[in-house]
Amino acid sequence: MSRIAINGVSMSSLRRSQDVRRLGAWVLGALILAVMTGPSGTTTSPTAGFTGSLLHPRVLGYLAFGLVMWALSTARVRSRDRVHSATRGVQQLREKLLGDNRVRHGTYLVLLVLAILVPTQLNSFWQEVLVDQIGVFVLLAVGLNVVVGYAGLLDLGYIAFYAIGAYSAAYWTGALPVHPVFHLNPFYVIPLAILAAVVAGVILGVPTLRLRGDYLAIVTLGFGEIISIVATNLSSVTGGAQGIIGIPHFSVHLSSFHYQWGLSNLPYYYLLLGFVVIVLVAFRSLENSRVGRALAAIREDEVAAEASGVGVLKYKVMAFAIGASTSGFAGLLFASKISFVAPGDFTVQLSILILVLVTFGGMGSLPGAVLGAAVLQWAPEYLRNHPILGFQQQDLYIYLGALLVVMMIFRPSGIWPSRRRRRELALAEEGVGTADAMSGSSDPAAGPG
Amino acid sequence: MVADAIVSVEDVHLRFGGVVSLAGVSLTQERGEILSVIGPNGAGKTSLFNCLTGVYHPQMGRIIFRPTPEHEVSLIGRKPHRVNRIGIARTFQTSRLFNALTAFENVKIGVESRQRTGPIGAMLHLPRTMREEKESDTRTVELLDFVGLRRRGDEIASGLPYGDQRRLEIARALGTEPKLLLLDEPAAGTNPSEKLALEQLIRRVNRELGVSVLLIEHDMRLVMSVADRVTVLNFGQVIASGTPGEVQRNPAVVEAYLGRVETEESGGEG
Amino acid sequence: MCIIHPFWSLLVSGLSDGFLYALIALGYTLVYGVLQLINFAHSEVFMSGGFAGYFILNRTIGSHTPHGLDSVLMVVLGTVGGAVFGGLVAFGLERAAYRPLRRRNAPRIAFLISAIGASYFLYNLAGKEFGRDAVSIKAPFNLDGNAFRLFGAQVQTYQVVVAVAAIVMLVGLDRMVAVTRLGKGIRAVAQDADTASLMGVNIDRVISQTFVIGGLLGGAAGFLFGLNYGVVYTMGFTPGLKAFTAAVLGGIGNIRGAVVGGLVLGLVENFGSACIQTSWRDVIAFGILVAVLIIRPTGLLGERLGRSA
Repeated sequence: MSRIAINGVSMSSLRRSQDVRRLGAWVLGALILAVMTGPSGTTTSPTAGFTGSLLHPRVLGYLAFGLVMWALSTARVRSRDRVHSATRGVQQLREKLLGDNRVRHGTYLVLLVLAILVPTQLNSFWQEVLVDQIGVFVLLAVGLNVVVGYAGLLDLGYIAFYAIGAYSAAYWTGALPVHPVFHLNPFYVIPLAILAAVVAGVILGVPTLRLRGDYLAIVTLGFGEIISIVATNLSSVTGGAQGIIGIPHFSVHLSSFHYQWGLSNLPYYYLLLGFVVIVLVAFRSLENSRVGRALAAIREDEVAAEASGVGVLKYKVMAFAIGASTSGFAGLLFASKISFVAPGDFTVQLSILILVLVTFGGMGSLPGAVLGAAVLQWAPEYLRNHPILGFQQQDLYIYLGALLVVMMIFRPSGIWPSRRRRRELALAEEGVGTADAMSGSSDPAAGPG
Repeated sequence: MVADAIVSVEDVHLRFGGVVSLAGVSLTQERGEILSVIGPNGAGKTSLFNCLTGVYHPQMGRIIFRPTPEHEVSLIGRKPHRVNRIGIARTFQTSRLFNALTAFENVKIGVESRQRTGPIGAMLHLPRTMREEKESDTRTVELLDFVGLRRRGDEIASGLPYGDQRRLEIARALGTEPKLLLLDEPAAGTNPSEKLALEQLIRRVNRELGVSVLLIEHDMRLVMSVADRVTVLNFGQVIASGTPGEVQRNPAVVEAYLGRVETEESGGEG
Repeated sequence: MCIIHPFWSLLVSGLSDGFLYALIALGYTLVYGVLQLINFAHSEVFMSGGFAGYFILNRTIGSHTPHGLDSVLMVVLGTVGGAVFGGLVAFGLERAAYRPLRRRNAPRIAFLISAIGASYFLYNLAGKEFGRDAVSIKAPFNLDGNAFRLFGAQVQTYQVVVAVAAIVMLVGLDRMVAVTRLGKGIRAVAQDADTASLMGVNIDRVISQTFVIGGLLGGAAGFLFGLNYGVVYTMGFTPGLKAFTAAVLGGIGNIRGAVVGGLVLGLVENFGSACIQTSWRDVIAFGILVAVLIIRPTGLLGERLGRSA
């Protein structure tokens, strides 16, 4: 490579061949996009989708799009330095504004006020989206962010803890076929649901987190499946596949004051907003605490972290359990809101969805997780019936899957990266540090038996 | 037996498959001294460190550490962070800082490993958390000051000059309040003036903080000037031990190094 | 304990399932050997093979089930078709979801996430293009027919076909890794990628070819699986998870381990499901996975591809 770089002529031919290759990639990408957005095929005519999208005039539009993107990307590569210096100003401004505590807190306050006022102006459809699709998933994303972002671990069974929380709610409020000794108001179930999720997280985490990180991914993937199999098959306890109805709503009974959250969305929205704000403040403190720094250290260099007295396994289990507890909490909230819980709600697909929200927003970044969840949960609702950009609900995961790959290739730090995380990724590119916690604290290959 | 040995290694054997790395190493370090372990590349120096810090588990032998004269613990089979917890800190051959974090945060992570704040305390800002946070900030600044990096606290670790990185690593290790500090080739890759500063730093760690230092080093000038005693390893065995002067005159040592000089270029002669 | 009643027939069906797991598990193990990463999208390679076999055979076979030599020909055609398509998908997968990240020295978590993304992209795209209902492959031979009896147990022709096809491929793979230049390349990269590249091994090519080999085996397995169980876009998930369990059970990265692990898992699952309700069957594999990871994370035969003890 270095020999080529010295020689000016080969250098330009190298650049040309890179341009050609990029052109190929963009054209291919455009064609894939054309197929993704094109008509569907069926079992009887499996090629209809491809012919309908590739042998149809609309493909020209996609090709044109691919060419434009190629031209733009080529121009950007050619003038990389200029682009960098232009964007650096924006970046610095952002850093400066965010670095100023007053500006930051002011922004948060404005956002909070907006979050309180805007929903009252929405129609009931969007209010429901705000609670069921956005609010609950913001909470879930913020929790998974502790696992994926802070600790650098991959949890693909995250939704299983949501199920545990939801079934805890059903159990303690007396909705399940098996009854507890006394029935509780959902408010009092919160610590119990969190506890159940934490216990499950610790039981699953302790054996698995000793090993290489990818084992956690696959074990949690399996665990997610098991939970839904158990919930389906153990019908004498869980009510089986058709689920359980009649989980009571949240309610407050203080001497003379009685209030019950009902089916209407706005009160639940404010309840959820309150919880989300509490969780955000708590996790921000966590990030800037001994625990958060220890997790950052583990992400970067497990060996050095151990040598500096950081108990790697303990912190990984801790992060995993904190994520699990958030998921369990969200499960409780949602089960109580819709008064219903069924095994079909806890698919592996949902775990992947939350992973998409976190990676899109920016792993390790709290505002990123919130923004990612809000944008990606809002956009499909908004676009679904759009005349041009409309799509079928069942195709959603094609786009989300592609989005994951594209994000990992082009912007692994997400749309709103955390500063630490972006530095780590940049350093990892130069071969310094690992930027995740995947090597396992007792790698069987690391030492003699 | 030695009256007050901080660490004694007795007949330690370490093998990787068929490769013998340590073949019956024994050595003792007195409390408060600077002991240097030297030897040609591949002699087993870093393996010895890794046995001491719980990274490797030797197949045979004993390693006893005495945090205080009355109290003794075996180091074998102890996990690295537990070894650190009982009072042994280390640096690495090629420095392993938390590169994306600031110098201040690097040291603070070491300091905080002694504290007890958990996630709940951190999330709820419990009084103890706030107190510990304040204490660790103070201690971190002191340590940065001690190694001469006070004004570089806010810089990203990977952006520091190499010599500063090595000193930062020492500060992080000191943050864990060790009784014994293991330094693995701290002078590797530093320039002469950085070496001089390092030499002074090692002495001050030893004298002012009362930390015993076990030093692996190739730079003979540094070893001869700071070490109280020197132990020489070759092919996984101790071939000599004594004061720097004695070791320099020992024929076996001369042969081990000269034998090496003949076959390949060496960085280890005095 | 329960009574494992039809011992021989459970043994036969266990081995037949086990061979399929082994074929898929090899895809995980080979990729793990060279990249130290779980290829989460391997289950979609398997699914692609199933669809390829379906399209080929349903075009070729008329309204009558073929006999004799025609049957053999059709099975070979389907297997090869599934394998080739699986190989193609695996090739594309490596190019799109792995190589760009390798260029950037991305953290491991990024590879896993990208592979998961690719997996979801592929299987939902298959659902969109080929319909979301399960379809069955036209039988190249009488699927319900029995080949012979073994100690009183009926051995189905299907089980014989699976066993023969798998053994042929496994022996071929074993020879390939032991003898050919590519095999040496794979072992060299598995042992130490940096050194291998200094010695003149083209790492990119070896990795790409490793994906393709895994894809060939996985695609063929997809077809063989689809023959009996039908083809649907979600078909990869459960066999994929189980095959991964098999790979871990045998020692991930270890080629023979994957085969042993696959067979053991197939047997345990079949004998186990004689004891408990079939609806809990999938829990067995997961239980084994967790148990292996706790008790012996290096698997039965140890992680060996290239690694010295």
